[in-house]
Amino acid sequence: MQWIFASQSVILYILVYYDIQEGETIQKQLELRYLSADFLIIGGGTAGCYAALEFCRASDGNVIIIEKANIRRSGCLAAGVNAINAYINPGSTPEGYAAYAARDAEGIASHDILLSMARGLNDTVKRMEELGLSVLKDEFGRYSARGAWNIKINGENIKPLLAKAVAAESRIAVFNHVWAKDFIVKEGRAVGAYAVDLKNSILYAVSAKAVLCATGGAAGLYKPNAPGFSRHKMWYPPFNSGTGYAMGLRAGAEMTSFEMRFIALRCKGTLAPTGTLAQGVGAKQINALGEECEGKYGRTTSQRLFAAKQEESEGRGPCFLKTTGISKEQDEDLFKAYLNMAPSQTLKWVESGKPPSEADVEIEGSEPYIIGGHTGSGYWVDNSRQSTIASLYAAGDASGACPQKYVSGAFAEGAIAARSAAKLLGSAPEISASSAQEEKEKLNAFFGRKDPGYTARQLEERMQCAMDKHAGGIGSNYRYSGKSLAAAEAEILEIESLSSFLRAETGKDLAAIHELRDRLLVCRALISHLGARKETRWRLFAEHADYPLKDDGWLKFVNSVLRGDKIEIIIRDVEKEGSPDEH
Amino acid sequence: MSIRILESKCCGCGNCADICPGGLFEMKNGKSFLPHPEDCWACASCIKECPEAALRMYLGSDIGGLGGAIHARREGSELKWIIELPGKELRILTTDSRSANEY
Repeated sequence: MQWIFASQSVILYILVYYDIQEGETIQKQLELRYLSADFLIIGGGTAGCYAALEFCRASDGNVIIIEKANIRRSGCLAAGVNAINAYINPGSTPEGYAAYAARDAEGIASHDILLSMARGLNDTVKRMEELGLSVLKDEFGRYSARGAWNIKINGENIKPLLAKAVAAESRIAVFNHVWAKDFIVKEGRAVGAYAVDLKNSILYAVSAKAVLCATGGAAGLYKPNAPGFSRHKMWYPPFNSGTGYAMGLRAGAEMTSFEMRFIALRCKGTLAPTGTLAQGVGAKQINALGEECEGKYGRTTSQRLFAAKQEESEGRGPCFLKTTGISKEQDEDLFKAYLNMAPSQTLKWVESGKPPSEADVEIEGSEPYIIGGHTGSGYWVDNSRQSTIASLYAAGDASGACPQKYVSGAFAEGAIAARSAAKLLGSAPEISASSAQEEKEKLNAFFGRKDPGYTARQLEERMQCAMDKHAGGIGSNYRYSGKSLAAAEAEILEIESLSSFLRAETGKDLAAIHELRDRLLVCRALISHLGARKETRWRLFAEHADYPLKDDGWLKFVNSVLRGDKIEIIIRDVEKEGSPDEH
Repeated sequence: MSIRILESKCCGCGNCADICPGGLFEMKNGKSFLPHPEDCWACASCIKECPEAALRMYLGSDIGGLGGAIHARREGSELKWIIELPGKELRILTTDSRSANEY
């Protein structure tokens, strides 16, 4: 690690350890250390790891990845993935993909950003295959298509493969088990980030020429389907706390389309993916009467979800994917396909003795997520993936206006951001020692203070209940109104204020407090977005009870920035063939 | 959805704590310990990393779990998945990272 410290003198503040008066826990206070790199990546998931590799191809500079878990199994691909859902199969074009994704988002997407992503898709798959990813091929050696834009892979090991490639590159330093707290912005330019190593009680002040936000999106804002023992058996990772969005908001970056929530229609109970059943074995969506209902209300992602909910609310639920009648061999193949991405579903089939050939698979909607890889939520970026803050980039689930990017699109965006960052000249700027010291003191203040009489977990549950009830969660059939959003906002503000008194006894507590506060800020921005879009463009994703119809006067982006402590909404035009404003 | 730790088999290597994307495991008296089983996402990363097959993933009964469990053993490019059915009968499935899914 010698090289990391080389560009700046190492300043180390060793603080005296102290005992917390009221408890037995001895929490070492954070000490401050400085690091420096050419390219700092927050989040070692799909987009982040790929961006690191691409940066090393495009530049001779060095990279630091800050990852809150371990890049070998972090992020939404921890369990694996079994299809590439954004691929330009022979006969199709990137333009076609961009048009398809924009259509699915009912027009709220940036054509240019989609196109730049779509043009990069196939290269990323080729590169992953070179790294060892298994892709199904036909008798002529061509990738085997699953639907118009999909190919079949075995991605159980996709994260270990990426991690291995990252480890082989000496210019990339990975900091596992370190969570990012905030970006450092100086004169309108991102110059680094603060990050905390829980195990070793270190606050890192990392300076960099360019910074990439490649975190996941936000889960855990809303009460889940099974809020008891299986509270975390959700579709999207429960550990994705919206920290990337919250860091961006606090830094003053503009966000887009938070109101285009993503609600996943998945296997009941396990929330396992359904594409493998629908596209893999051609299972149709049926209601409880056995009638096909998938296309009844349209075929966009939100309309297919709406179909299932509507059948239920009209007394024809629950809905299923009709798998009965498939062969025993297909059962076996499905067991394996699910082991490679969602093993809980295979366990369910096998332990219940009801394989898909014998019982249709019941489906349900998840709680809403904010996730730029599926819908258009995230940082407002230009074609280079630069945000509204100079030298701060975003890719994958973190970046917006580019729905349906999935795994390969996250790779492609990571690559675009890395190539843009590689062009920045100069050296990493210095971080002000007094600001870093102040940051450390703010964090250390959470230790050893008086017990407020409540915990981060309790406040999180209250937040999830408030969002569920008043901001369109499962419990309110995903609907909300101006009045209910006002109630949600009041409650979120109160929880935010309570959260500032939380006490940490351990490093884990400190992380939990900050993840809660990140989620609360994302909730606040989300509530503002939901209220600002005065129409219902996407069924259930953003179902405004006061404005139940689609209104093409709202063929516009709803964006937001945090000014002072207020979320301000900015309405921007959708340029059909143009990008969002270059900045 | 969660993980059960077979304490007698746990060698205390800490692989599960290192790999869990939620950072949920802790070490207690040289053994792995899961203080909040309800925080598990069921990604199965830990059961693939455990050298002693000391971890079992199970479905919570609130989402239909019947008492069965699953664990895995890695053999080269293959993963052998061992499913213990509620009646203690075993079912073994093998996946191979060299072969892509048919679906």
